[in-house]
Amino acid sequence: MEETQKLRVNGVEREVRADPATPLLYILRNDLGLKGTRFGCGEGHCGACTVLMDGKPLQSCDTPLWSAVGHAITTVEGLSQNGAPHPIQQAFLGEQAAQCGYCINGIMMSAVALLERNPDPSEAQIAAALERNLCRCGTHVRILRAIARAAQMLRKGRGGS
Amino acid sequence: MSAAVPPASLPLSLKTNPRLDRWLRFNADRTVTVRSGKVELGQGIVTAIAQIAAEELDVSLDRLQWVAGDTSASPDEWYTAGSQSIEVGGLSMRLVCAEVRQLFLQAAARELEVAIEELQVTDGVIGVPGTDVRTSYWDLAPRVSLARDVTGAAPPKPAAAHTVVGRSVPRRDLAAKLSGAAYVHDMDLPGMVHGRVLRPPSMTARLEKFDAAAVRALPGVVTVLVSGNFVGLCAEREEQAVRALAAAERAASWQTKTDLPATNEIGEFLDKLPATRSVVHVKEKEDTGGEGTALTRIEARYSKPYLAHASIGPSCAVARFEDGRLTVWSHTQGSFHLRAQIAHVLGLPVADVDVIHRDGPGCYGHNGADDVALDAALLARACGRPVRVQWTRADEFTWSPCGSAMIVRLSAGLDAGGQVIDWRHEIWSHTHIKRPGWADGINLLAAWHMDPPHPVPPPKDTPLPTGGATRNSVPLYDFPRQEVAYNFIAEMPLRVSALRTLGAYGNIFAIESFMDELAAAASADPVEFRLRHLSDPRARAVIEAVTKAAAGSTGRDGPGTRGRGIGFGRYKNMSAWCAVVADIEVAEKILVHRVFAAVDAGEVVNPDGLRNQIEGGIVQAISWTLKEAIRWDRERLLSRTWEDYPILKFDEVPAIEVVLLDHPGEPGLGVGECAAGPTAAALANALANALGVRVRDLPLTPERIAAAM
Repeated sequence: MEETQKLRVNGVEREVRADPATPLLYILRNDLGLKGTRFGCGEGHCGACTVLMDGKPLQSCDTPLWSAVGHAITTVEGLSQNGAPHPIQQAFLGEQAAQCGYCINGIMMSAVALLERNPDPSEAQIAAALERNLCRCGTHVRILRAIARAAQMLRKGRGGS
Repeated sequence: MSAAVPPASLPLSLKTNPRLDRWLRFNADRTVTVRSGKVELGQGIVTAIAQIAAEELDVSLDRLQWVAGDTSASPDEWYTAGSQSIEVGGLSMRLVCAEVRQLFLQAAARELEVAIEELQVTDGVIGVPGTDVRTSYWDLAPRVSLARDVTGAAPPKPAAAHTVVGRSVPRRDLAAKLSGAAYVHDMDLPGMVHGRVLRPPSMTARLEKFDAAAVRALPGVVTVLVSGNFVGLCAEREEQAVRALAAAERAASWQTKTDLPATNEIGEFLDKLPATRSVVHVKEKEDTGGEGTALTRIEARYSKPYLAHASIGPSCAVARFEDGRLTVWSHTQGSFHLRAQIAHVLGLPVADVDVIHRDGPGCYGHNGADDVALDAALLARACGRPVRVQWTRADEFTWSPCGSAMIVRLSAGLDAGGQVIDWRHEIWSHTHIKRPGWADGINLLAAWHMDPPHPVPPPKDTPLPTGGATRNSVPLYDFPRQEVAYNFIAEMPLRVSALRTLGAYGNIFAIESFMDELAAAASADPVEFRLRHLSDPRARAVIEAVTKAAAGSTGRDGPGTRGRGIGFGRYKNMSAWCAVVADIEVAEKILVHRVFAAVDAGEVVNPDGLRNQIEGGIVQAISWTLKEAIRWDRERLLSRTWEDYPILKFDEVPAIEVVLLDHPGEPGLGVGECAAGPTAAALANALANALGVRVRDLPLTPERIAAAM
């Protein structure tokens, strides 16, 4: 049965009225209008729906709404700061690391989580962080390059080497 | 490319859409609306064709507004398919823009009272350099009518003058896609409901009983439409539609048949199905002497399985039925064909239906996009509100058409000098194209399932020179005697249609694997063996370029586990040339370390976009070649999830190096499909090089490799 729930998404407290068992994906897309998180399989296999929960990547298609309550959710729309694209978005655009682009937002969310815990990942570590993301157009080589580029941008931005 | 085009040889898109105002309009806000029938499928075509338009008009790219695949506005350019968008769509746009520019230059010369040769166009401003004598496209637009037919008489710019074409311009569509709503999936119309369709469990299943009341009683359900074997539903909220679909599955009982092939091994059943044989290509020995009798005869049989499109996003469409008019938003490859088919099924005049293209997830051929559009149209009419229908992952795997399986038998004779003197290529396959509008009848799923059903149209494959199953079956090598035969199998145990490359992937895999087998029989180096049979200079050039690119890397004949292989093809025998070298290592499975490719696509419009297409083609082909095959039991398809149909993952992707051989001034050739066949062969040849075993049945799985050893 529908209940009113409070959800913290992209730093903003939002109220939604829905069945608590509703997959978080549909809440984000249909109730909050955050369409950058995509439906791919509904089974947590492909990663197109990846968002961050308290900074950790999560497949929103098989995460019920109730389990997201009380946690900080970040979607691709929450990446930009003061209207400027996030370094990960800049890096993907800079490398033109997309073909159809459908899988990319989920991949960028996985990458943001990786770079948060490992600012200087090896290519193997980047690939491992994308274990739960699929791309069908075959853009993998560019995607790996874009994430390495974003890591470098973020390290510079933080004053690191 | 810089010469005027006589009307008789105008590209097809201009013959069918000659009016200039169908393609272009100058707007009061100093922008230009450009209309194309070629749509974005993730291949970057909108950016490339925009570059062509900006180049010929001398207008900056950011003034161009794009309308593509909209039946109410765009030219009908058939399908966006077959690597034809640059070759036909791009050329058409180039000729239109060149002619429009010339009309405006003539008008400017008249109004400004100067000679046309004195005028120069700079970002749409037409003037005499060094003076303030000027006007613009937008100032002149009210007095220059584009309500006239293209003649092809205006010569496009010579390649040497290009400043926008040939540059790696960033994609126009990516910033939106990488930040929020961008696809048909993301549309949200006022009052919109969410639709789902319960598909039969198998191709031939029939609905025996369905408890519609049980589904109607669920929260949020607004419509349950049952017609024959078609069951569709709409609900207020998406999760309610998902739950209603699960309930509908329980509420349905189906009568099923056990009529699928008893084995998943293509080589064990495909060539035993009834087939119609025809010889599709013959080249007799030219009486030049020199060719003796074959000393060595080699034969081999290759196969490729049924393959899934497996786009990351399952198909989706939005439809609205209002005041007797239907509008459908779709990621279709052919808006006009889809419009005609939907209008026919719904009994509406074509003029009362519009199909508007919206971008979708990666499209590699005829997937579920058209089918879900009819689903949405039927449900929108039934419930009277706009409907968004989203296919499930399992819908996409089991109901979107798959790429046809193939068997190829090759036979060749070598003379004493190690020269191939005769060559036979025989194919067993189904049609490779069964799109809506391709042949008679309705090629849309819901139309076959509803009551009364539209009959499934008989299959019709596409003949050479482009070919369906026969695509790339004619050897590119200079063999003196050649024969190609096609055993066309009308029966289709699985639903099949166009998948990237059609038959080219299977044929090139077979031909190029066999070339290595022949080279081995002739004790020749595989590259040298190819070159000795190849006089086409552009073919030789890509093989030589890829060999050179790979020369610095670890090469052939590793220590028993490493190997290198080459594959070559010219897509459709008339499009881009591509040669691929793969370096692999065989452990428990094949690890692909490096791939090199050399490509000749004539004049390159956007080098980075082209590289992206080649890289993607290589990676997708590695996935097909090492991993993919649709599986079934006697009753239904078993490939329903990503666990049942694994594709290449990030830790399995090689480093890729692409060499582009640019030919400014030559016609631009499509590249979306040229790398697949050469990649498959390069991998199989690398495997043979590494382990000395030849695997001729795809995919090259550990099980098949073990069996071959």
